[in-house]
Amino acid sequence: MLQKPKLLTVLDVAAIASFLAATALVFFYAPLERVMGAVQKVFYFHVASGWVGMLSFLVAAIVGIIYLIRKDLKWDSVGVAAVEIGIAFTLINVVTGAIWARPIWNTWWTWDPRLTTATIMELVYLAYLMLRAGIEEPERRARFGAVYAIVGFLSVPLTFFSIRLFRTIHPVVIGSNDPGAMGAFDMTPTMTQVFLFSLLAFTIVYFDLLWHRIRLGRLAERVESLRLKVQA
Amino acid sequence: MSGLTPFMSAMGAVIWKDLRAEWRSREVISAMLVFALLVILIFNFALDLQPNVRAGISSGVLWVTLAFAGTLGLNRSMAVEKDRGCLDGLLLAPVDRAAIYLGKAFANLLFMLLVAFIVLPVYGILYNTNMIIPGLLLVILLGSEGYVAVGTLLASMAVQARTRDILLPILLFPVAVPVVVSAVKATGGYLAGLGWEEIQPWFTLLVVYDVIFTSVAFMVFDSVVEE
Repeated sequence: MLQKPKLLTVLDVAAIASFLAATALVFFYAPLERVMGAVQKVFYFHVASGWVGMLSFLVAAIVGIIYLIRKDLKWDSVGVAAVEIGIAFTLINVVTGAIWARPIWNTWWTWDPRLTTATIMELVYLAYLMLRAGIEEPERRARFGAVYAIVGFLSVPLTFFSIRLFRTIHPVVIGSNDPGAMGAFDMTPTMTQVFLFSLLAFTIVYFDLLWHRIRLGRLAERVESLRLKVQA
Repeated sequence: MSGLTPFMSAMGAVIWKDLRAEWRSREVISAMLVFALLVILIFNFALDLQPNVRAGISSGVLWVTLAFAGTLGLNRSMAVEKDRGCLDGLLLAPVDRAAIYLGKAFANLLFMLLVAFIVLPVYGILYNTNMIIPGLLLVILLGSEGYVAVGTLLASMAVQARTRDILLPILLFPVAVPVVVSAVKATGGYLAGLGWEEIQPWFTLLVVYDVIFTSVAFMVFDSVVEE
């Protein structure tokens, strides 16, 4: 428990290496998009961080279900870790989107359904943290957290499918585009390679961070119990 | 109630209890109604509801009013249970807890619908529009159902937290967005007199989320109230 697992160190190295490699590929290997130019390169990290955010909230919902069945607090620490990391990556997703939108849509932000639903998703998980902050008893906090992670995740598919339901200007790179979408493009094979690699890199970084955060949560619990023991 | 299953009679008893308590005090309904009317009046100043602008935003104003008033009712419905230890009494009863959830949710739905059916004609008279359209009434029913289904579950969590009064809207509004958005769009469609094929996607989404929220809340309510 106190010793850092060897496999985690391996994962750390893999995460750093793949992240650096992805950055290098994006800047030196991926071709320049003809219309949008260099700013299009934000796409590789924008989609990858959005994917990690979604994955993270899915993990939180799944461990929520497991917690409600097993009632084992170790699943709760996974849930909190997943939600926190998901919030961070969704924020990266929104911010990189804004950076891209400034030159392409000529505005940092527009009240587009895709953007709005993504932000609402972020608020769901901020509410999750506020809910947890309002409950002291660990077992009840875990139960409520699990329930809210499950219920909250149900509104996430709306975010994902909103580009298909509403009329939106957010482009779809995979699948068919709304005629009103602005800044759409077709990926060349090289772009697809870089895109898939950055998805992989972000996923490795995600699992590395998740593991660290779970470990941090467990160590914090241990410190807490040791402190109680010393006081007693 | 001898012909009913124990589940149905337990659910009926919870509904009956809530309705009777409300009939004696008339606290919740009157608060929700006055609040709803105030919201509409404030919107009138805030948005300057001109006849030409109004048509497009009536559905939004209506649903924001209903959602706010609904939150008031949901908070109260669970807070009274928690305050005097009534919830513990309910949980001690040897009945399925899902029956308690459905009873509370159904009573909340009745309150919300009652508010809606007073607010609708009033809004119609104040702004000289016909709000009594069969399809629109169905959307009000379905939208309120979805909102109350997830709202009752979240309210029973919120009352057990330290920050209970401020927590419910924060928990409920982002989660209820799919229901509210589809209800607003479907209502707007009916008010604008659009054809069924324009309204149908939103209607379907509304029904889907009603089913999802009701069944999930039904399944997890047990773990929200267990001690």
